Amino acid sequence: MKPVIEISGLHKSYGSFQAVKGLSLTINQGEIFAILGPNGAGKTTTVEILEGFRAADSGVVSVLGVDPTIKGKAALAWRNRIGIVLQSTQDTDDLSALEAVTHFATYYSNPRDPLEVLALVGLSDKSNNRARALSGGQRRRLDVALGIVGNPELLFLDEPTTGFDPEARRAFWQLIKQLRDEGTTIVLTTHYLDEAEELADRVAVMNNGEIIEISTPALLGGRDGAKAIITWREDGVIKSAESDAPTQYLIALAERFKGEIPELTIRRPSLEDVYLSMIGISGMGENK
Amino acid sequence: MSNQLPGAIAIGIKRGNLEIKQFFRQRESVVFTLLFPLILLAIFGSVFENTLAPGVTFSQYFVAGMIASALVNTGFQQIAIYIPIERDNGALKRLRGTPMPATSYFIGKAILVTFSMLIQVVLLLAAGVAFFGVNLPTAGSKWLIFTGILISGAVVSTILGVAFSSVPKTARGASAIVSPVVIILQFFSGVFFVFTDLPQWMQQIAAIFPLKWLTQGMRSVFLPDSFATREIVGNWETGRTFAIIAIWLVVGTALAIRTFKWDRD
Repeated sequence: MKPVIEISGLHKSYGSFQAVKGLSLTINQGEIFAILGPNGAGKTTTVEILEGFRAADSGVVSVLGVDPTIKGKAALAWRNRIGIVLQSTQDTDDLSALEAVTHFATYYSNPRDPLEVLALVGLSDKSNNRARALSGGQRRRLDVALGIVGNPELLFLDEPTTGFDPEARRAFWQLIKQLRDEGTTIVLTTHYLDEAEELADRVAVMNNGEIIEISTPALLGGRDGAKAIITWREDGVIKSAESDAPTQYLIALAERFKGEIPELTIRRPSLEDVYLSMIGISGMGENK
Repeated sequence: MSNQLPGAIAIGIKRGNLEIKQFFRQRESVVFTLLFPLILLAIFGSVFENTLAPGVTFSQYFVAGMIASALVNTGFQQIAIYIPIERDNGALKRLRGTPMPATSYFIGKAILVTFSMLIQVVLLLAAGVAFFGVNLPTAGSKWLIFTGILISGAVVSTILGVAFSSVPKTARGASAIVSPVVIILQFFSGVFFVFTDLPQWMQQIAAIFPLKWLTQGMRSVFLPDSFATREIVGNWETGRTFAIIAIWLVVGTALAIRTFKWDRD
């Protein structure tokens, strides 16, 4: 697979605070790569360095084969290949969705058709509404429309579904997968673990400026081999047990109850469970 | 598939159109930029009906000052307030993430300033002539100076607006910081009062800044040449006016380039 982003030994400090400590990472073409981590983990700093908004203190960064700190005409040619969806903005309030997308399309050498982009993000019937009058989720989809109108090879999405209702999120995930299937590489930062699970081909968990682990959502934190959690009601209280042989455990339990086990659930640790334990462990002793 | 990026000027013109569209959709900008100067003209023109010299009413003096102020309002004030707003609401960062050349952004702003400035000047002149008996100059040389002051004034005012735009840290603070600067300069520079009636220290402070010179330049256009003897040094100082504007242009450009920020932090 062709690497689209390569980072090695990336360091960035703000004063005495080390935001990113020697991070190395490769993101391949056509994958959705999610970066997870608590606030202050260094996600935003890392992504802003990749987006060319910040300069690294040290380390090598290559995005689409280019150093993001590039200046001048070459920088514009590089930006022509990239789409960035930042956290929410209100700058297009006085424009209609179609006006905004049509205008942003003029910045790029090979833009998508603005009407097609609005259809893609599900804003066709809102195309003549001022952005001011759109709901939070609709505005966010307009942000995405502005990010993809340039037909980017690489798309950065920062908390893309904040403020979405469940239905809109499903539709949005469909769109992101469609973009990936068309060959767009997507770098996603999100606080929603279900979103990372649904979308990401690989996830990186960051904490305290370092990557704890890079894996697929299914394998992260040894999740596939983790113990199952079994809960049931007994003597009026909910009991739970962890087991790496849940079927055996269940048979024994069923024999004990002579039939139906009250309020039985068996589940594997969710991505969120794994993530929280990862963050908890590496965050220990560093509570400021 | 074309790899040719659109030109900076072409994008700049499109940005100008967009800026004008947004300008008219913001009621406060229309009211403050276009209506407020007319209201001031109506108030001052009605309160001070005195004559300063034979053939020179206060309104005539005031219109000259208000046209100079129009350059500061639509350039410096508008730009120094709106850039912090655009920085705060993420517009600048979003633009910086696209292949839009920075030049195009400033071309768009220049188009917006030119457009709103011309509307304000035409409105002031029309209202002055229609309601306050303002006489327009007839000599071609006066109109030449008028055009020179208008263009150089708009340019210097806009560039200083860009330079000043990094002073307000937030969108909320922008208007609170920029507007008093403009109003105080207007008082000190002889817009609201006859300049020679002001205390000397005010005159001296005003002489550092461009508005005083733009105002004096506009007086040289709209007041009879006989009135020049009533200026501080007894003539219009046209050469010095343009020289001081040129100095501010150089200083402002250097400051604007060094201090301009696309991002909040």
